[in-house]
Amino acid sequence: MTPAFLYALVGIVLFTIGLYGLILYKHLLRKILAINIMGSGVFLVMVALAARTEDAVPDAVPHAMVITGIVVAVSATALALALMLRVNEEMGQAVLPEDREV
Amino acid sequence: MLLDSPHWITIVILLPILGGVACFLWRQHIVKLALATSIGTVASVGILSLQVIRNGVQRYEMGAWNAPLGIELYVDGLSLLMLLVTAIVGLATSIYAGAYFKGKKANLFWPLWLFLWSALNALFVSADIFNLYVTLELIGLSAVALVALSGGANAITAAMRYLLVSLLGSMLYLMGVALLYHSYGTADMALLSLRTEMTPTMWLIMGLMTVGLLLKTALFPLHFWLPSAHASAPVPVSALLSALVVKASFYILWRLWIVVFPLDNYAQANLGFILGTLGSLAVVWGGIQALRQTRLKLLVAYSTVMQIGYLFLAFPLANIIGWKATLYFILAHAIAKTAMFMAAGNILLYSGHDSINNLDRMAQRLPLSIAAFALSSISLMGLPPSGGFIAKWLLLEATIVSGQWWWGLVLITGGLLTGAYAFKVLGYAFTQEDSVNRPCLVSIPKRMEWMALSMAIFAIVLGFIAPFILEIMDIGSPFSGEVL
Repeated sequence: MTPAFLYALVGIVLFTIGLYGLILYKHLLRKILAINIMGSGVFLVMVALAARTEDAVPDAVPHAMVITGIVVAVSATALALALMLRVNEEMGQAVLPEDREV
Repeated sequence: MLLDSPHWITIVILLPILGGVACFLWRQHIVKLALATSIGTVASVGILSLQVIRNGVQRYEMGAWNAPLGIELYVDGLSLLMLLVTAIVGLATSIYAGAYFKGKKANLFWPLWLFLWSALNALFVSADIFNLYVTLELIGLSAVALVALSGGANAITAAMRYLLVSLLGSMLYLMGVALLYHSYGTADMALLSLRTEMTPTMWLIMGLMTVGLLLKTALFPLHFWLPSAHASAPVPVSALLSALVVKASFYILWRLWIVVFPLDNYAQANLGFILGTLGSLAVVWGGIQALRQTRLKLLVAYSTVMQIGYLFLAFPLANIIGWKATLYFILAHAIAKTAMFMAAGNILLYSGHDSINNLDRMAQRLPLSIAAFALSSISLMGLPPSGGFIAKWLLLEATIVSGQWWWGLVLITGGLLTGAYAFKVLGYAFTQEDSVNRPCLVSIPKRMEWMALSMAIFAIVLGFIAPFILEIMDIGSPFSGEVL
């Protein structure tokens, strides 16, 4: 097993943990963090798999994709956080109506 | 010659985004700037269509960098029709929104909507799976912000839910992109179509991308976020979301299915059957839910859940007539649903509520809007001579050609359900309410009524120009599964 493969595997694990968190946690901040963890997982997979063999120079294209992906993730997180604050203002807690505990 | 310039593909992307930025900077002229941008965008799409119709497929390499490294733009018949329907719905919505939004909301609406337009155009001309991811995210972010625009607890929570779903969908899709790129060393669809093979990894990739895109397309049972988001958004936004935004993710899935996924007979039969079944359930479930609604905008939103179902009926057939039917469904639904949301919005604005039971003689009070609602329902039901009829006719033909007639039953059931909920609304619109009349009626700008009616008429006209549209569909034979 090459180190790159190990990193990719860690990326998949992060992706799964994020998915789990997104579905199971109710607080919106946790959901937003979970999506970010999923994103980091995907980015790790992309960066790790760019090294095709142990000695070769890694492929630059996935790195460029990750940079673009990070920009997108930052903007999405900013929008999500702003919306979360508005939900908190309107509903009194940062939780979607279907997840509220009665 | 200006008309022969190869740069029109980029202009249809750049113009709306520059217009959006201009709207953001010079707010005192916002409506004029926005309408000028809309007209300019429609004109450039028009010129691009002339080029495609005259010279065939158009290809463009951004910054003259070609495929593996650069970004390739590509327009064939399928892309062109998506661009055209976006332009038509976009222009109508812009004219409608010019009268609908006032003050601060207008300042927020126009930049977001022009960004969304730019992202939609960019998506329809992209030939690169990573570029598609970026445009998909741009669409998602501007659409979510547009939903939140109407304020209030309902809209904000609907927008939040929509954002979470949309991001989850993109993440699943992006994981698919990562694995595809690693396995085949390219993000270009044309190159991928030559290299992909059915391997266990390919199954994983297909699963991730399909589920991610189905979430964004809101196919039953992943539609849970759609009714609240589409019903609580401001009226022009509801029209844009239902007519165009859900089609964008569907378009990607469709292209991947035809070009990139190396479906063998086994995969085609099984996955196609699953998608077709989910589509049928969406038709039935969406129809029943629409019938049960007491608020008009929610009814129209559930009707979108139902109409999305039709788009998936061609997946088990996978023949060219079926794909053409799907494209016709997209066009007919986009136009008719824009008209329907506009009509519903006029009624909501006029009477201050959109409760279906209290439509109290609306047919006398807002005759143009009720006429628009009725005409657009004709197209959604699929009665001749509307655009919806041509779509259903083609699909019926496709089911018979491929020997899978049972999918045709879904069409009949769907048509009946649509008829039932449309007549429920029209029935209440013609009868008098028992309770006291509401005195607080607001007058509607004539422009909003006429826009609803003209889109509804166009939904019917779509049935008469079928030969012309079917001819455009053949440009570059997008449905043959050959290389882009």
